[in-house]
Amino acid sequence: METALIKYLCRFIKNKNTKTDNLILFRYSFTEWPDVKESSIEATFLQKSSRHRLMLSSLTQSAVLCVSVSSSHLLRLYERFESLDRENRGHLRKEDFQAVRELSMNPVGDRIIGSFFSPGQETVDFPSFVQVLAHFRHTENDRIRDGAQKEPANSTARRLKFVFQLYDQDRDGKISRAELLQVLREMLGMQVTEEQLQSIAERAIQEANQEANQDKDDAISFDEFRKSMEKVNIDHKMSIRFLE
Amino acid sequence: MDTMDFSFTRQAAAFLIVCSCLCVSAEVSTPAGVTLLPPVQPENGPQSYPNAKKSNLPVFTINYSRIQIPFEITLWMLLASFAKVGFHVYHKITIWVPESCLLISIGLIVGGIMYSVHEEPPAVLSNSVFFLYILPPMVLESGYFMPTRPFFENIGTVFWFAVVGTLWNSIGIGISLFGICQIEAFGVQDINLQENLLFASIISAVDPVAVLTVFEDVSVNEQLYIVVFGECLFNDAVTVVLYNMFSFVAEMPVVEPVDVFLGMARFLVVGLGGMGFGILFGFVASFTTRFTSKVREIEPLFIFMYSYLAYLVAELFAISSIMAIVCCALTMKYYVEENVSQRSCTTIRHVVKMLSSISETVIFFFLGVVTITTEHEWNWGYLLFTLLFAFIWRSLGVLVLIPIINPFRTIPLNLKDQFGLAYGGLRGAISFALAFTLPESIVRKHLFVTATIAVILFTVFLQGISIRPLIELINVRRTNRKEDLINVEIHRRMMEHTMTGIEDICGQWSHFYWKDKFMKFNNRFLRRILIRDSRPESGIVALYKKLELQNAMEILDSVSGDISSAPAIVSLHEEKKGSAKPMKKFLAKDLNNMHNILSKNMYSIRQRTVAYTNKHALPNESQNREILIRRHSSIRRSFRPGSFQSTKVPKSQKYFSLPPGQSLGSKFPSARQSYADDHEATSEVGYPLRLPQSNHPRCSTSGAVMPLHRLNTLNEFPSVEVLNEKSPSHSASQDSSLPDCHFSTNNNSSADDLRNEEGEEQRPLPPSPALVAEPRNNTHGNPLLRRPQWNQKK
Repeated sequence: METALIKYLCRFIKNKNTKTDNLILFRYSFTEWPDVKESSIEATFLQKSSRHRLMLSSLTQSAVLCVSVSSSHLLRLYERFESLDRENRGHLRKEDFQAVRELSMNPVGDRIIGSFFSPGQETVDFPSFVQVLAHFRHTENDRIRDGAQKEPANSTARRLKFVFQLYDQDRDGKISRAELLQVLREMLGMQVTEEQLQSIAERAIQEANQEANQDKDDAISFDEFRKSMEKVNIDHKMSIRFLE
Repeated sequence: MDTMDFSFTRQAAAFLIVCSCLCVSAEVSTPAGVTLLPPVQPENGPQSYPNAKKSNLPVFTINYSRIQIPFEITLWMLLASFAKVGFHVYHKITIWVPESCLLISIGLIVGGIMYSVHEEPPAVLSNSVFFLYILPPMVLESGYFMPTRPFFENIGTVFWFAVVGTLWNSIGIGISLFGICQIEAFGVQDINLQENLLFASIISAVDPVAVLTVFEDVSVNEQLYIVVFGECLFNDAVTVVLYNMFSFVAEMPVVEPVDVFLGMARFLVVGLGGMGFGILFGFVASFTTRFTSKVREIEPLFIFMYSYLAYLVAELFAISSIMAIVCCALTMKYYVEENVSQRSCTTIRHVVKMLSSISETVIFFFLGVVTITTEHEWNWGYLLFTLLFAFIWRSLGVLVLIPIINPFRTIPLNLKDQFGLAYGGLRGAISFALAFTLPESIVRKHLFVTATIAVILFTVFLQGISIRPLIELINVRRTNRKEDLINVEIHRRMMEHTMTGIEDICGQWSHFYWKDKFMKFNNRFLRRILIRDSRPESGIVALYKKLELQNAMEILDSVSGDISSAPAIVSLHEEKKGSAKPMKKFLAKDLNNMHNILSKNMYSIRQRTVAYTNKHALPNESQNREILIRRHSSIRRSFRPGSFQSTKVPKSQKYFSLPPGQSLGSKFPSARQSYADDHEATSEVGYPLRLPQSNHPRCSTSGAVMPLHRLNTLNEFPSVEVLNEKSPSHSASQDSSLPDCHFSTNNNSSADDLRNEEGEEQRPLPPSPALVAEPRNNTHGNPLLRRPQWNQKK
C-alpha cells in the first residue's frame, strides 16, 4: 500500500526538478494530517529511491520526516487521486473532476471543482489536492499542535472561508447580491420565479446585515457571513472522516 | 385535477375490491359466523327463498342475514374511520396525543356502550383474519414506504436491534416472568416456562407508529428514526416467528435441548426463506409490470396481488410471511415505479397507505372495544411485573446492545438516542392481535390478554403522550431545517452540497463495495430485464416518468395541504400536520413563504447524513435524478410556450448524455473549446468583467455558471454522433440568425448585466437548451422573443 505513495513521491521528485520548493509544499500539505504515526515508510522510501537519495539528502531531515508522516488516509486519498487521474498525468484537470458522475450533478459542483484550482492554474497535483481536502478533515483525534504552527486548515474559520469563497467568485471579499442570486439559482432550479428569488436574496442579505449590526451595503461580507453561521455547528457539518 | 379524479376513482375501486375480499373472507373464515345461508349464491337468492307457506310474491323483503357479516364489517370500519376523521378535525389534539391513544379511547367508549347494552363485539378478529387480512396491509405499507437509503445505511443496526433485541426481550422477559411465577403468593405457578416465553414474545413486539409520528414531527436525526422504523418492521417478523415457535413449543409436553437448536435453525430458515420468497416475488412483480403499459387500469392491482401472493405463499410454507411481503415491497418498488404510469404509482401509494391505515385504525379501535367487553383475568402481581420487566428489559437491551453495535457505526448512537430508542418501545397492534388470537388451549389465555392490553395501554398512553415533551426536553440530535434565518438556511444548504461534492471527489463511497457491485449488476442485468424501457434511452424515459410522477405528487400534495417532495416517508396525516406547524412558528407570512420555497425547491442534498460523515453513503440514485429532473422540468417549461411537438423534446434531451470526458464543446470550433476550458480559470479571477468581449463565439457559448460538462451524466448513449453531426450546423445557422447578439455593444455594462446577457445569449444555441434549462431561463430577458427562432429551425 505504501509503495503507491512512494512511487508518487519518486515521480514527483523526478518530474519536477525544483526540489526544495515542491517538497516543502508537499510537506506542508501533509502536515495538515497530523494524526498519523511515524511509520517505516521513511526507511522504505530511502531504500527504494536510492537514486534520489542524493537529492533527498540535500533536503532537511525534517522534510523527509514530514513526508513519512503519511497515513492510511493519505494513501487512500492517493489511490483516489490516481483513479481520478485516468491518464496518469500525475495531476488532475477539470475534466477529471467532471468525470465524477455524482459531482457533475451537484448543483454547486463546478464551484467546488473551481475551488481546487488556484487562480490561473489548470491542473491540480496531489499536494494541492490534499491541501484542499484538508479543510474537511475530521478533527476528533487531533494531536495537540505546537503553538508555533499556523492555524490548521480545518479550523472553523478556514472552513467558513472555503465556503465563503464558493460564493464569492470574484474574490472581492463580499458576497454581492448578484453572486448570491447566482448561487440561489443554481440551488433552486427552475421552480422559483425571479421575483421570489429576488426577495429571498434580499431577505438573506438583510438578515446577514442585521445579524452583524453592520452596514447595509447590499452584500454579505465575510464577517457577516461568519456571524450568521455562528449557530451552525460548522465542525460537525463540514468534516469528513476520511476512510482509511 | 384530472389526475386526482382518476386516482381517486382507482382508489375507490381498489378499496371496494379489497373490502369485498375482506368481507368474503370474513364470511368464510368466521366459524362462529351466524349459521347463515351459503354465502356465495348471488344469483339464486330468490329461488333459495321459496316461501314454504304459500304466500304471494313479496313486494318488500328484508334479508339481513344474507348481508350481515360484510355489512357489519363495513360499519365497523366506517365507525373507526369516522373516529379518525373526527379527531383530525382539531389538529392540536393529534400533536399532543398520539392517534393510537385517541383510537383506543374511542374504542373504549364504544366498548363501554356495547357492554352496557350487553352486545358482543363481532367475532371478526380470529387468528386467520388477522394474519391473512389485517396484518399484510400494515407491513406492506411499512415495507413500501421504507426510506431505502437510510435503511441500507443502517441495516446492520436495524437487524441487530430487531433480531437480537427482540430475542433478548422475549427471552429476558420470559425467564424473569417464569421466575415470578415461582412465587406462590401470586398464584400463577401453573404457567410454565414455554407459556411465559410465548407471552414474552408477544409483548416484545414494539409498534412505534405513534413514536415515529412524533419523531417525524420533531424531526429527530435520521439514524434514530430509521433504527426505530426498521426495528418496528423486522421486529414484527421476528416476533411472529417466535410466537409461532413458542406456541408450538408451548403445546409440546417436553422440551429437549435438541429442540432449542432446531428452534434456532428454524428461526434462520424462516427468516431467510421469507426474505428469499419476498425478493423472488418482487422480481416477478417488476417483470410483470414491464408488460402492463396497455392495461393501465389494472396496473396497481399487480402490486397488491403479488405482494399478497408473496405473503400467502410464505404463509403456506410456514416461513416468515412478514419478511416476505416486506422484501417483496422493497424489491419491486424501485422497478415498478419506473414501469408503471405515474397515475398508477400515485394510486399504489395511496391505496397502500389507505389499507394500512384502515387496518391499524380497526385494530386499535378494536383493542379499545375488547378491553371493555372481553373477560379479564386480573392478577396484580403478574400484571405489574410484566409492565416492569417489559420496561426494564427494553432499556437494558438498548443499553447493552447499542454499545456493542456502536463501534461498527460511523455515527454512533449517543445516550440521548438510546433513550429515545428505549423509551420509544411502545407496544401496539401486533402484540394485541397476537395475544387475542392465542389458541384456546392455553389455560391462562385471559390473563395473557389482560396483561398484554395492560402493557399496551400503559405504553401507548403514558410513553406515547410523554415522549414528545421528553424528546424536546433532552434535545435529541435533530435534523432541523426550519426555525432558521433564510440566510443561514441557504448557507447551510450550500455547505451540504459542498460536502457531498467533496465526498464525491474523495470517492468516499467507493468503499461501499457491495452496493457498488449491486448497482453495476442492477444496471447491467436487472434493469434490463425488469424495466420496460431499459434500452439505452432509459435514462431519459425514466426521467420523464419521474418528472411526471413528481408533478403528480406535487399536485396531490398541494391538494392535501402541504408539500413534501419526498412522499416516501411522509404519511398522509403527517402532511397535514406539517402544514399546521409552520404557521404557528413564523408570524410573518412572507417569511414563512420563503422558507417554504426554499425547503420545497432547493435541490435536496444527495446524502443527508453527510454531516455525520457517513461511511456508507453511496449516493442515492433517486436524488441524483431529482436534480436531473429539475433541470429537465425547467427545460420543459422553457419549451412549453413554444409550439414544439412533444416528441421533439426528448431528442434535444440527448444532450444530457454525452459520454464522460467528452464535453460538448469538443466537437465545436476550437475557439469554443478553448473557451470552455479557460472560462473557469477566468471565473477564478472575477470572470465577468474580464471576459474578452470581442470574441464573438464565446459570448454564445458562455456557460459561465453552468458549463457544458455538467451534462456528462448518463453515459449510455450511442447516438451522440448523430447529435454532433447536427449541432455544428445548428450553431452555424444559429450564429447567423442572431441579429441581436449585441454583446459587443455592451462593453460598459456592469457585471450583473453582463451575466444577464449571457443568460440570454445562451438560449438560442442548440447545445445549450439542456444546460440553460437552469433557472435563468424564465428569469432573464424575454424568452418569447427568441423562441420563434428556435421553432423556425426545427
